[in-house]
Amino acid sequence: MAIITRRRALQLGAAGATALAAAERAAAQSRIPAADVPAPNLPIESGATLRMLRPVRFVQPDEEVFRANAAKFTQATGVQVRIDFVGWEDINQQTAVTANTGAGPDLIMGFSDAPHIYADKLIEVTDIAEYLGRKYGGWLPLARKYGIRHGTQNWIGLPFGASSGPLVYRKSAMTEVGFQRAPDDHAGFLDLCRKLKAANKPAGFALGNAVGDGNGFANWLVWSHGGYLVDEDGKVAINSRETVAALNYLRELYPTFVPGTIAWGDISNNRAYSASECWLTANGVSLYFSLKNDPATRPIAEDSEHQLLPKGVLTQHPMSGLTLNAMVFRHSRFPNAARAFLAFMMEAEQYDPWLIANLGYWAQPLAAYKDSAVWTSDPKVAIFRDSMNNEFWNGYKGPISEASGQANAEYVMVQMCASVASGQATPEAAAREAERRARRIFRR
Amino acid sequence: MSATTSAPAWVRRPAQQNWVVRLFDWKPFLIVICLAPAIGLLMTFLTYPLGLGIWLAFTDTTIGRSGVWVGLENFEYLLEDPLWWNAVFYSVFYTGIATFGKFALGLWLALLLNNHLPFKSFLRAVILLPWIVPTVLSAIAFWWLYDPQFSIFSYLFVDVLGWRTTNIDFIGSAWPARFSLIGANIWRGIPFVAISLLAGLQTISPSLYEAALLDGSTGWQRFRYITFPMLLPILAIVMTFSIIFTFTDFQLVYAITRGGPVNSTHLLATLAFQRGIPGGQLGEGAAIAVSMIPFLVFATLFSYFALARRKWQQGEAND
Repeated sequence: MAIITRRRALQLGAAGATALAAAERAAAQSRIPAADVPAPNLPIESGATLRMLRPVRFVQPDEEVFRANAAKFTQATGVQVRIDFVGWEDINQQTAVTANTGAGPDLIMGFSDAPHIYADKLIEVTDIAEYLGRKYGGWLPLARKYGIRHGTQNWIGLPFGASSGPLVYRKSAMTEVGFQRAPDDHAGFLDLCRKLKAANKPAGFALGNAVGDGNGFANWLVWSHGGYLVDEDGKVAINSRETVAALNYLRELYPTFVPGTIAWGDISNNRAYSASECWLTANGVSLYFSLKNDPATRPIAEDSEHQLLPKGVLTQHPMSGLTLNAMVFRHSRFPNAARAFLAFMMEAEQYDPWLIANLGYWAQPLAAYKDSAVWTSDPKVAIFRDSMNNEFWNGYKGPISEASGQANAEYVMVQMCASVASGQATPEAAAREAERRARRIFRR
Repeated sequence: MSATTSAPAWVRRPAQQNWVVRLFDWKPFLIVICLAPAIGLLMTFLTYPLGLGIWLAFTDTTIGRSGVWVGLENFEYLLEDPLWWNAVFYSVFYTGIATFGKFALGLWLALLLNNHLPFKSFLRAVILLPWIVPTVLSAIAFWWLYDPQFSIFSYLFVDVLGWRTTNIDFIGSAWPARFSLIGANIWRGIPFVAISLLAGLQTISPSLYEAALLDGSTGWQRFRYITFPMLLPILAIVMTFSIIFTFTDFQLVYAITRGGPVNSTHLLATLAFQRGIPGGQLGEGAAIAVSMIPFLVFATLFSYFALARRKWQQGEAND
């Protein structure tokens, strides 16, 4: 549990303070269209109290506004809500323990696939999900994918937001080599990377064991060529012509990268970009804010632009996002209170200030929040508005499951790409090896 | 008055205490209660986790759910998994080269420190530093030293001295990464070996050297026929420990490369963690961990039987 002392509060950077102020100011400005839909009847159990786990904040105001919203719920209903903030690495394990022991928090806001792994231990949240969807313009595709149990229409998770990793590049470098923006086709993108390399301002994408960035790039590479790890039924389909084409493309693309990306972890591209060693990469919005908030790197932030990942042979931008996904456990003695709390937190009066407080780190799952003031607060952040408005997810095109999470955590796609990039394997052999590993992972 | 009341008490008291006293005088009971805390601790924190780990290796448990008994299925899969073979190869290679390096340099350092040097005790304390620093901290330091973009060595050779035009590729391809990690492990392991061997050196009686000097021996002969044989028993113990520590190393590899590039630096310990915790396959991860046991037993037996004569280990006189 994070306790904020007075000293800690005083230590908060100017960025946090101004962000909070901006959040309060903007809250009045957002106009979130809401349909007039009756709320589901959820009589709150007498004497109800709730305990919730969620991942720690990106930015301080996230936690403050979240706690303030929970306090408003307590005021309105008398239900005490205790919220514990847990480190990102720990939340999966704590969810597993909670699910397996049938004790602990009533609600957990986990990541992406968690509700699908523990589906049998959860109560459905279909009623509040349908209510919120009708009221706020419908759920975006990624939210539907992560919320609804595969093969049914039942909601087992309530997505709160997602964070995606588009291209981030230096405008000056792009102009220098004669481009306005990164081309959406493979040939054009390769041409851009070659010219950047020739100008000694190379691109760089993580090919090391980086859970977020590595998978983001490998998924983009394969998806944008029309390949995918598993098909709609969860059958392994990685060893395909499209995958081999993608890996052949990588063989040409990889030499244009800044050297060493095979050893890159999740933080490496942030460091290389901040040091002007790498001029085009893919990352979440955190990179931009860390540049912007440090006076020394502020000029880099001003020179930076975001752009969705190139479409390749597809008609959409093949990118997924890390999703916050809330679930209510069957062992909770107060299921109505828990669902009422989740619905309350997603209502515009609470959700919009929270979205604004997050500065764009998290993007909304409900269509109506596209009008939130956060997306006009900084034009360079506006692109993240559509993070959940896409048709791709980790484990595309299969059902979201334990196995899709494992394939992600074991870097099956990343290592397939890295083995080709480093010349250790031919594209065909790498695709076969990925197939072998995926078969094992998806065998159940 | 007091005498009359105390007299019967004197009779009764031994009768009251009797069973307690007798209980505590009873050897089997004493043994049980004295051993119970230790056995309890060992069972809770050693036997139970070890047993659970071995049990898990024969199930298909995942983080999401408890598994069922699958017999040797996990091990059968490992035998046909090139990643596991790769980890076995690198674990053995890593242990072999790193142990050799640590003992060569550690013994050399111990011999140097055994001489009369100014600030001898200060130097000996300083030598221990790499070993005292928490491994993760030194691992992070090496992670920076080996960084593809920001390595101080690359900076030195490219920007300062101008000897190279490209950054040094420490951890970007398989073999350099393997040797870089071995280098970090040797750096960290030397002090343990050096200090242990130094202690061993100081137990060697100076009279042996004096006798050898009178016989006109050379420095090499004194090392070869006095120092080395006299060091062998402690060498065996230290080597056993060192092999076990190195073979089961986790932090250095996980902090610096996470087993990359493309799994070329996975040790069995890091592979077990990768499969078991982030990958969620507790059963398979446990099987990988259990597969280390035969190697460790073999390494232990080898250093015991090959390097030390039995009499020394049993604490008897030299022969």
